[in-house]
Amino acid sequence: MALIASGNPLVSLKHVRFAYGAREILHDVDLTVHRGQVVAIMGGSGSGKTTLLRLIGGQLQANAGTVEVDGQNMGRLPVAALYALRRRMGMLFQFGALFTDMNVFDNVAFPLREHTALPAGTIRDLVLMKLHAVGLRGAAALMPSELSGGMARRVALARAVALDPMLMLYDEPFAGLDPISLGTIGHLIRRLNDALGAASIMVTHDVQASLDLVDYIYFVSEGGIVAHGAPADIRASNDPFVHQFVHAEADGPVPFHYPAPPMASLLDGARA
Amino acid sequence: MSALLRAIGAMTVNGIWRLGFMARFFYALLRYSGQSFRRLPLTIREIYFSGTLSLLIILVSGLFVGLVLGLQGYDILQRFGSSDALGIMVALSLLRELGPVVAGLLFASRAGSAVTAEIGLMKTTEQLQAMDMMAVNPIARVVAPRFWGGVISMPLLAAMFSAMGIFGGWLIGVLAIGVDDGAFWSQMRASVDFRYDIINGVIKSFVFGVAVSLIAVFEGYDCQPTAEGVSRAITRTVVSSALAILALDFVLTSFMFRGL
Amino acid sequence: MSRTTLDLWVGLFVALGFAALVFLAVKVGSYAGASGGTTYAVEAAFDNIGGLKARAPVKSAGVVVGRVGAIHFDSHSYRAIVRLDLDGRYEFPADTSAAILTSGLLGEQYIGLDPGADGEVLKDGSKLQITQSAVVLEKLIGQFMFNKAAETPPPAQ
Repeated sequence: MALIASGNPLVSLKHVRFAYGAREILHDVDLTVHRGQVVAIMGGSGSGKTTLLRLIGGQLQANAGTVEVDGQNMGRLPVAALYALRRRMGMLFQFGALFTDMNVFDNVAFPLREHTALPAGTIRDLVLMKLHAVGLRGAAALMPSELSGGMARRVALARAVALDPMLMLYDEPFAGLDPISLGTIGHLIRRLNDALGAASIMVTHDVQASLDLVDYIYFVSEGGIVAHGAPADIRASNDPFVHQFVHAEADGPVPFHYPAPPMASLLDGARA
Repeated sequence: MSALLRAIGAMTVNGIWRLGFMARFFYALLRYSGQSFRRLPLTIREIYFSGTLSLLIILVSGLFVGLVLGLQGYDILQRFGSSDALGIMVALSLLRELGPVVAGLLFASRAGSAVTAEIGLMKTTEQLQAMDMMAVNPIARVVAPRFWGGVISMPLLAAMFSAMGIFGGWLIGVLAIGVDDGAFWSQMRASVDFRYDIINGVIKSFVFGVAVSLIAVFEGYDCQPTAEGVSRAITRTVVSSALAILALDFVLTSFMFRGL
Repeated sequence: MSRTTLDLWVGLFVALGFAALVFLAVKVGSYAGASGGTTYAVEAAFDNIGGLKARAPVKSAGVVVGRVGAIHFDSHSYRAIVRLDLDGRYEFPADTSAAILTSGLLGEQYIGLDPGADGEVLKDGSKLQITQSAVVLEKLIGQFMFNKAAETPPPAQ
C-alpha cells in the first residue's frame, strides 16, 4: 500500500523553530512528506503537533528554519500567493468546523462557489459526487446541528476535498469518535488520498487507528521530533518513548507526575 | 501605591494596544468591503438579520416613547399655556436626540449582540479558520457584510423610530388629550427644518450605525474562542456600544447645534 | 429561508425605512430657510436685538418669507448686523422697514418686515434703512415706572 517516496518532497520542514514570545513550542524540527504518502504526526497533548500543522498550512510562521510546500516557502509568501496555494490544500478540523448557518449541501458547495465560476448544475453534480464518496449523499439537505459527530466529520471531509487538493491536513480526525465512525473516517482518509494522488498529514494521538493506516510516523515530544519511521519499525521500536506511547503506559520517559519536590520531603516538612 | 500606578499603566497600554488593533481591523474591513457590494446577496442577508428582525422592537419602542413624550410634554407645556407647541416638542426631541440615540441603543442590544455572538461562535468552532484555510478571507466573507448590513439598517431604523414616536405623540396629544390637530402639525412644520433637524438626525444615526457595527464585529472577531469568551464579548459589545453612542452623541450635538 | 422570501422582507424593511424618511421630510419638516429654492440676503442693523437667534423666522403680514441667516456685532457702529435670507419668490420695496417682534408675551422673537412704497425692490446685498429694535421687557418696565413717577404730582409739603 505504501508508495515509494521519490522525487521532490511535497512538504519539507528544515530546522523549524517556533515560539510564542519567550515560550518555545517547537525547536529544530525536520519533516518530509512525499506525494501519495499518508503521514501521521503523533505526540501527547500540548506537545506542539497542532502547531506543526498550522505552520504547514501557513496559519503560523516559523521563527527560524524553512517550511516549504510544493517548493514555496510558506514564511515569505504574500497573501495572494498563500491563498492560491491553499486552494490546493484541504484541511479537516478537529470537530469539522462546518458552517452552522448552511446545510450539508451548501457546506460542500462553499469552496466550489467561492473559487470557481461553474454553473449551478455542475456544482450540484460535483457536490453530490463528493457526498456520495463519504456516504452521505442522502444527508444533503440536513443542517450541521442534525448530524452526529462522525457524520459531521465526513461532511467536512467532503468539503475539504471539494477542490481535489494535492495536500490534505487532518487535525485529530479520530478525536471523540465511536469505533465504527473511527474506522469509517480512517478508511476514507486512505481511500481519498490514493484516489486524489495527494499527500496527507494527520495529527493524532490515536496510535492503533493510525498504525494500520499510514505510511510514515513522526513522534513529537516537548517541541522536537523524538522518533520517526514506518509503522512496522515503530511497532518493533525499542525507543523508550515510542514504547511508552504505542503501549499506552502510564509512566516512562513521559512522567506520570508533574515535576514536584519528593512527597517524602513534603510530609517531613508538615510534621516538623 | 506603585501597584496601583502599575495597574493604571497596564490598563492604559492595553487600551491603546486594543484601539490600535481595532484601527487596523477597521482598515482591513474597509479594504475587503468590495466583496460585500459585489456580492449583494451576502449583505442583503445581513440587512435582514440586523434590520428586518429589529423592526418590531424599534416600532413598538418608538410608539411608547412617543406616547410618553406626548403625556409629559403636554403636562409641562400646558403650564405655560402653549400646549399647541406639543408637536414641536415631540418632533424635535425625537429627530435630534431620542430617535438616533434610543434606536442606536436598541440596535446595539438587539442586532449588535447577535452579530458578536454569531462571529464569536464561528471563531470558537473554528469556522473562521476553516474559511481561511479554504482561501476565503473571513473578513471579506463574514465580517464586512455584517458590518455594512448594520450600517445600512441603522439610519432606516432610527427614521422609523422617530416617525413612530411622532405618531405616538399625535395619538396622545390630538386624539386622547384634544390638542388641535391643525396646530399640532403646522407648528411642527414651522419649526422643524429639513436640513437642520432631519438631516442632522440621519447623520447621527449613520455615525451610530458605523460605531455599533464596528464594535459588534470587532468584539466577535477578537473574542477568546471559548463559551465564556463569547459571552464576555457580547457584554462588551452592548456596554461599549452604549458608551460610544452617548459620547458620540454629545460630540456630534455640540458641533451640529452650536448656533442655538 | 429562500432567496426570494429574504429579498421580499429586506425590500419591505428598506421601503418602510424610506417611507419613514419621506414622512419626516414632508409631513414633519419643511424646507424653510436656505434649503430648497433660491434666497437673497439683505442686511439690517439694530441697536438691540434682544433674544433674536439665528434661524428665527422673518415674517411679513404674518407669512414666513425667510429666515435670519447670521448675526454679528459691528465694532464701528456698535450695532448688531443681522443678515436676512429672504425667499426668492417674494419681492419687497427698498424702503421696507424691519422690526424685532415677539410672538405672544413670552414666545420666540422674529423679524417683521413692513413694506414701504419705493419703486425699487430689495436685492441681494441691500441694506434695510429703517429698523426697530427689540422691546426689552426690563427697559419697558423701567420706563413705565419712571413715567408713573413723573406723572404723580409731588406730595404736598
